[in-house]
Amino acid sequence: MPSETHEETLALREQFNTEAQQKDASTLGMWIFLITEIMFFGGMFLAYTVYRRWYADVFAVASSSLNVYIGAANTVVLLCSSLTMVLAVRAAQLGNRKAIVWFLILTLLLGGVFLGVKAYEWNEKFVEHHIPGPNFHFEGIAQQGPAQLFFSLYFAMTGLHALHMVIGAGLLIMLIVQAGKGRFSASYMTPVDVVGLYWHFVDIIWIFLFPLLYLIDRHLGK
Amino acid sequence: MTEHTEHIDSARSYVLVFLALITLTVVTTAVAFVDLGDFSVVAALAIAVCKMLLVALFFMHVRHSTKLTKLVLAGALVWLGILIVFTLTDFATRGLAGIPGR
Repeated sequence: MPSETHEETLALREQFNTEAQQKDASTLGMWIFLITEIMFFGGMFLAYTVYRRWYADVFAVASSSLNVYIGAANTVVLLCSSLTMVLAVRAAQLGNRKAIVWFLILTLLLGGVFLGVKAYEWNEKFVEHHIPGPNFHFEGIAQQGPAQLFFSLYFAMTGLHALHMVIGAGLLIMLIVQAGKGRFSASYMTPVDVVGLYWHFVDIIWIFLFPLLYLIDRHLGK
Repeated sequence: MTEHTEHIDSARSYVLVFLALITLTVVTTAVAFVDLGDFSVVAALAIAVCKMLLVALFFMHVRHSTKLTKLVLAGALVWLGILIVFTLTDFATRGLAGIPGR
């Protein structure tokens, strides 16, 4: 029996039978997108692993030149933004429209702080000539090539992560505008939910980037 | 349409997960300064995996997800494992045979 036609709403489009079915489909779709992202970042993590094995000594020295306290503080900032994001999703589940907007704005601000700190760190690298290229110079080691390789991977990985943050910030602004207009309710909050998944995913990428880039060779450096 | 039973976790549980994540961040930073030899990497990655699980299970609601979503995620981790393990079986074993180029 084909299901009888129903009135179309945001939470129940024509092609779905129930609201739960539509919600599950959206969640699964977002996860499948995130899985393509896992494989995308996985390739970068793998490249880092291979070169770190080959040039372990140089990578240890280069890694130890990063400021671990700034990295740790930025990790805390990002974790705070994940907390406010999940509270925004919770506010949406409860249909508390004002709270959605405020938690999303907080998330956006914390994301901005993270990117600001990241910009400060990158600027430091320019000042120290740690940017891969003709002016690259890393003090105290003979092998400049592998050191450039470390910083190439550092900029590629943190840069791609930051790009995801910028896209996330754009999505948050879109949500804030829509939530401000009262588009989301307890029965329809899928966009808040899936953007939340994206934001937490970007957080997880940083959870791995932080120890791999800043921490694991710390006891060898200096 | 009331069959849609969504799990809404308490704000308190989210704050507890958040505090656990902050604690783990402090621990991983502190442990990095201790010389554990090769286990530095193991400790750092073990803590990172714990943090990932906390974020995924609680913040990303994986523990309330459908079986299909969980299966798809487990499948993704298997593929990521294939990418990493099969590549490292090459790079990590070069030179073991003592033959140049092998």
